Amino acid sequence: MLEIFQHHFVIKAILAGVVVGFLGGFYGNFVVQRKMSFLGDGLAHVTFGGIALGLLLQFEPFFVALPFTLLVAIALTYLKERTALEIDTTIGIFFAISVALGILFITLNKRYISDAFSYLFGSILLVSDKDLLISYFFGLATILLAIIFWKRWTYATFDYELAMVDRINVRFDDYLLSVLIALSIVISVKLVGIFLVASFLVIPPAAAKLLSKTFAQMTILSIILGIISSILGIIISILWDLPTGSTIILLQSIIFLFAFAVKQLR
Amino acid sequence: MNEIAINVDSLTVFYGKYCVIRDITFSINKNEFVTIVGPNGGGKTTLLKAILGLVEPTNGKVEVFSKPPKELDFHEIGYVPQIKNLDRTFPAKVIELVATGLTGKWKFVITKEIRNLALEALAKTGIENLAERPLTKLSGGELQRVYLARSIIRKPKLLILDEPATGIDSVAEVDFSKILEEQQKMFNTTILMVTHDWEYAFHHSNKVILLNKRLIAFDSPKKAFTEENLKKTFGHIGHEHTMQFIIDKNA
Repeated sequence: MLEIFQHHFVIKAILAGVVVGFLGGFYGNFVVQRKMSFLGDGLAHVTFGGIALGLLLQFEPFFVALPFTLLVAIALTYLKERTALEIDTTIGIFFAISVALGILFITLNKRYISDAFSYLFGSILLVSDKDLLISYFFGLATILLAIIFWKRWTYATFDYELAMVDRINVRFDDYLLSVLIALSIVISVKLVGIFLVASFLVIPPAAAKLLSKTFAQMTILSIILGIISSILGIIISILWDLPTGSTIILLQSIIFLFAFAVKQLR
Repeated sequence: MNEIAINVDSLTVFYGKYCVIRDITFSINKNEFVTIVGPNGGGKTTLLKAILGLVEPTNGKVEVFSKPPKELDFHEIGYVPQIKNLDRTFPAKVIELVATGLTGKWKFVITKEIRNLALEALAKTGIENLAERPLTKLSGGELQRVYLARSIIRKPKLLILDEPATGIDSVAEVDFSKILEEQQKMFNTTILMVTHDWEYAFHHSNKVILLNKRLIAFDSPKKAFTEENLKKTFGHIGHEHTMQFIIDKNA
């Protein structure tokens, strides 16, 4: 079993899995507690529209998907603030538009269909040094931002009004959080694929929530579960020749069921 | 001469085309205990929000301690919200929520110093034993006391309470009043409270604001609670609503 670690691509895949697990595990706490679990799925599909546009224009898809997804994340926050529409409704609208645009763009240039599909399912075993570098840079930025903003985002997550009364600039914090969640999704999509990225933002925090008495505990546990499920998922998928993304998510699901059972027994 | 804590001048608030508060003017002196009474949809919570700086006046102005509310330091105002707004699924312990009263943020780790002050505040509201209990496992009355502990921990100059008596039984209510009166005496705190309980307002407050979109009365309880004013505020006072106050000499 240990010989798999002699392969460079395995080490890179594990490093990528660690950062995706960390990002999903951290930002997912706010996504789950703010009841925006559909956000991950929605923004991942928005990324698909951006990637397809990049492929059509023959630009690096990542650099088209990034501004495309960030703009939608900002628009979602703006609409939540300015209209009576629930965020799930606006996510649903952008989700549908982006998928429609994505399919349209791909159809306009069919040569890239297989490239587009590789983004749907991810390619963590083929991760490039550049992708790894970008994801670790963002992971580091997240750690630094968490030191400043965790206490503010958490307070506003608990009670938006109390945070406002205590003079926290909740509007700025909301936009920042949306942009960072969007960034983490775009970065993770390259690694684990559009279909599976949302689960990183939902399943580890949901399992952690079942086992935690405080939001700080939930945050730490969610990050640990995200990272462990990624590492184990990658190793198991290589050893048994299984699809990596599916293996990670199914492992996360088993962890969630275990957390649920523990919660019931307490 | 009394110093002014809250000055509301010709305040009008519209939500879109809907007028919630129209042309309200009053001043509350420091160290006064003022209750706001009015029907649902009468603008009570909006008035509190304007004083807290959460709602911008459409016309007129609000000043708290001679400043626009947004310019106040957060330690100057203690706020006890309606408990029905609490997210009952949030994983948190009582002590963490009380600590936010001091820090104005949700701390990842609570230091020993903050913990001791939080325990002291919880002891004042009689629930020191609940410090480590999850918020999700509290009754309505216990939760009100947690929020009260959270607001008095910062020794605010102004304490604002939005229907705090909801979910508190009558025995606990007496205790709650004692805590508020103690705050008023010890720290010269000005108290502004929205309540549905006319009797409570009559016995405990220095002044009463009767509000139904417009200011119907702003006066001592005896002068404010006239049949005419109550009719103007609530539309009518039918047989069941007729007030019979029992004057408590000890109050």
